[in-house]
Amino acid sequence: MHLEEFAEGHSIWHRMDPRIKILGLFSFAVVAALSNRISVQVFALLTAIVVLMSAGLNERKVASRMAVVNGFVLFLWLFLPFTTGGEPIAQLGWLVLTREGIVLSLSITMKANAIAAATIALLGTSTVFDLVHAMIHLRIPNLLVQLFFFCYRYISVIHLEYTRLRTGMKVRCFTPRSNIHTYRSLAYLMGMLFVRSYDRSERIYQAMVLRGFSGTFWTLDHFHMHRRDWIALVCMSLVILLMVVGQLAGGIP
Amino acid sequence: MIRLEDIGFAYPNSTRVLEGLDLLCDEGTRIGIVGANGSGKTTLLHIIMGLLRPTSGTVTLFGRQPSSEADFREARRRMGFVFQDADDQLFCPTVAEDVAFGPRNLGRSAKQAHEMVSRTLDMLGIEHLEKRVTYQLSGGEKRLVALATALAMEPEVLILDEPTAGLSEETSEQLLGILSRHISTSIIVSHDRSFLQRASDEVLLLEKGVLTETGMSEMGTWSRSRPPSPGDPL
Repeated sequence: MHLEEFAEGHSIWHRMDPRIKILGLFSFAVVAALSNRISVQVFALLTAIVVLMSAGLNERKVASRMAVVNGFVLFLWLFLPFTTGGEPIAQLGWLVLTREGIVLSLSITMKANAIAAATIALLGTSTVFDLVHAMIHLRIPNLLVQLFFFCYRYISVIHLEYTRLRTGMKVRCFTPRSNIHTYRSLAYLMGMLFVRSYDRSERIYQAMVLRGFSGTFWTLDHFHMHRRDWIALVCMSLVILLMVVGQLAGGIP
Repeated sequence: MIRLEDIGFAYPNSTRVLEGLDLLCDEGTRIGIVGANGSGKTTLLHIIMGLLRPTSGTVTLFGRQPSSEADFREARRRMGFVFQDADDQLFCPTVAEDVAFGPRNLGRSAKQAHEMVSRTLDMLGIEHLEKRVTYQLSGGEKRLVALATALAMEPEVLILDEPTAGLSEETSEQLLGILSRHISTSIIVSHDRSFLQRASDEVLLLEKGVLTETGMSEMGTWSRSRPPSPGDPL
C-alpha cells in the first residue's frame, strides 16, 4: 500500500519546510472550522482549491480522496436539512425542509472540503518521516507523535499481512460469495489480523526497549528555513489574518 | 501437466528475474529446484499458480493455456500450493477449520469436508492437532498443518516453496516420509540440496533466469534404471 503517493513532486508545497506547513494548516483548519460566516467559508474553500491545484498532484487520485470526505458529507445532507429547526421552505410528506438546515449543511460541506483539500496539499506533499520530524521540532507531545508515526508505519505492515493471507486463500480456491462460508472466512481473516498485529506490536516494543528506547525519538537532521519559507510563512499568516478579520468584522454575512 | 515455455518475467522498475525459462512437469515426476536467494524461485512458483502473470512466454496447465483469473481458478483446483511461510496460509481459529477451508471452497459439504480433515490429519500423523488453535502451534506443526490444508484438496500436483526452511531434522525427515509415501507429482523449491535430492527425481538449478540440469540426482535415477556395472564412473 502506497500511503505517500502525493509526496513525490516538485511544486512549491513539496519544497516548503514541513514545520511551516503544519503550522499553516493547523491555524487554517481551526479558523475555517470555527467560522460561521458564509463569506469566510467560501474564501477558505477557494483558497484551499487554489493551493491544491498549485501542488500539481494527480487529479484522479485527489478526486478519489475528496470523494471519501464527501461520502460523509452526503450523510449530513440526508438528515440535517430536515432535522434543523427554522423557517420551512418546502414540505415532502411529513419531512419539512428548512432554510437554516440547508445553510448549515452547505456550510459544513464547504468547511470539510476546504480543510480536506488544504490537508492534501500541505501535509500530503511531505513524506511522513518529514512530518514526524517537524512535529518533534514543533514540540508536539511525544505521545501524539509516536501514535501518528506507528499508525503510519504499521498500517502498511498490516495491509501486507492481509494481502498475503488473501493470496493464501486464493490458491485454495476461495471466491467470495454471499454465503455463510464467505462471511465466516472473512471474519476469521480479520480476527487473525487483529491477533497478529497485537502480537507484533508487542514484539516491536520489546525490541525497541532492548535498544534503550524510553519514549524519546532522536532526530538526526534539522530543517533550515530558506527565504522562500519565510515568505510562505508571511503569506499564510496574512491569509489566516484575513479570515479572522472577515469573521469578526461586521457587514457581509 | 504443467508446461512453461520461454517464460520471461520482470518486476516493475527492476531487472528481469526470468528470461526464456522452460519447465515441464509430467504426471509422476517430482522436480526439485535450487537457486540462490533472489534468483526467482518463488516468482516461478507464483507464475505457475497464476498469482503473477509472465511478461512473455506461455503457461500450459493440464493441457490448457489459462488466460483469465477464472481459468487459473479452475486450474488451482488441481494444484496444491504450500507457501514458504506457513503464517501466510493459516488464518482460521482451529486446525480443523483451516484444513476444511479448501474442501469447502471446492464445494464439498460440511460432512465431507470433516471426513477429509480427519483423513488428511491421519495421513500426516498430526490428528492430535485437530482442535488446536493454529496461532499457537510451533513452527514445525504450522508447516505440517499448512501442508495438510493443501493435501486436503486432493491436488494432482503439489507445489512446495522452501518446505524445510526452519524445520528441525526430525520434522524434515517426517516431511520427506509423507512426500515419498503420498505424493507422486510435485515441484519443490528449496535451498536444502540434500532434502531435494531425496524428495525429487531431478533437481534443476535456477540461475540467470533459466533452469538448467544439475545432474545432482543422477545417482538416484541411474541406479534405478539399471544396476551398476564394472567400468561405470564412480
